[in-house]
Amino acid sequence: MWEYLQRRPEKILVPLIEHIELVVITLVISLVIASFLSLLALRFPKLQAVFDRLFTIIYSIPSLALFVLMIPVTGLGQTTAIIVLTLYNQYLLIKNFTTGINEVDPSIVEAAKGIGMDFFQILTKVQIPLAKRSLFAGIRLAVVSTIGIGTIAASINAGGLGTLLFDGLRTMNLNKIYWGVLLSAGLAIVMNGLLKVVENKC
Amino acid sequence: MDAIVYNNVCKKYKNAKAYAVDHVNANIHEGEFVTILGASGCGKTTLLKMTNRLIESDEGTITVSGKEIKSLDPVELRRHVGYVIQQIGLFPHMTIAQNIEVRLELLHVDKKNYKEIVDGLLRKVALNPDDFRDRYPSQLSGGQQQRVGLARALAGNPKVMLLDEPFGAIDAITRRSMQKELKRLHEENKRTFLLVTHDIDEAFLLGDRVMVMNEGHLLQFDTPETIIDHPADEFVKTLVESSRESSYFYMRG
Repeated sequence: MWEYLQRRPEKILVPLIEHIELVVITLVISLVIASFLSLLALRFPKLQAVFDRLFTIIYSIPSLALFVLMIPVTGLGQTTAIIVLTLYNQYLLIKNFTTGINEVDPSIVEAAKGIGMDFFQILTKVQIPLAKRSLFAGIRLAVVSTIGIGTIAASINAGGLGTLLFDGLRTMNLNKIYWGVLLSAGLAIVMNGLLKVVENKC
Repeated sequence: MDAIVYNNVCKKYKNAKAYAVDHVNANIHEGEFVTILGASGCGKTTLLKMTNRLIESDEGTITVSGKEIKSLDPVELRRHVGYVIQQIGLFPHMTIAQNIEVRLELLHVDKKNYKEIVDGLLRKVALNPDDFRDRYPSQLSGGQQQRVGLARALAGNPKVMLLDEPFGAIDAITRRSMQKELKRLHEENKRTFLLVTHDIDEAFLLGDRVMVMNEGHLLQFDTPETIIDHPADEFVKTLVESSRESSYFYMRG
């Protein structure tokens, strides 16, 4: 294994970097969209059920099927992968964001309203800090899920650690398989740990 | 001038058959301590919450400090009316000082005055600022937490204070001393206090005048003495008689 890394470092490092890129871009876009949609759902509670149903349906579609479904629309490659992964993340993020916020003790929210905070002040000063755990739980879940499902994106030419796994399987190259497994699992653990550090700093 | 005027105020909740608050008319004078007395579900909390528009009234008008509240921005209205609830609702992630400062911030008070104001408010509710300023709500007893709740409501010197069963979750011994302190607090500053309670003794002990409510109706609004001597109807009479044995009842006179 080590020998393989020394002999062909680019064969392992390039997919790793591609994978990190895929995960980071997906995560940033997912967070922006999910924050916006969660905000809408909190402001207009009727939307919450709509989002919940919609993204539950999408989340229940197997990833390979959704990748293939999107090919006629956005073609092969990274863009398609990012779109699909972002769609999956909406389910995890919106659900955790809205439940986290809604689970803040109603009497604390009433007090906040009663002393004259408006919707955004209640959200930013009271609800978000108190729902921190739940918000970060959602983000960590999304990261781990993106890293995992992201490997399957290699099947539509999106690159990443999935290429190591698929190539390795096709050619029975155990070195590639080992590295693919090790790095995707390692990446998930490292990212999870990093987010825990960020959470504790917040 | 009257601090609060209720003019034919009504509220009917969605899917409810009867009015929660049914054509209530009342004038609360400036500097008066008024208590609203009634059993749960009589509409007393609804009436209180309509006063700072946490609940919107359906009919009638409510005037606070001379202004019709529907003409005001509800958030702005709440910033100028003190509000204390039974569950206290301190922000657990903020220190005691920050819990009070948050309201000063909403009122755009100059930051460099925060410490002085916070310390003054804590002293006013009989908490030593040096001991409590930097502690978190969870480190305080229920009674101490509600003192902070009071201090937070008093921040910004609101002319009108609304209190929704403020001592409902506090043990009986602490409640007694806090009731007395609340009375003292009122006498010191002569703000208008409107306090909701289901405790007859508390209503009669604290209120200059008492509003007795039942099933959404305001049955009687008078001084405790008048209510005792001349109950408006059978309901009030029964209510008064049920508390005859109470020691508080005589303490007052």
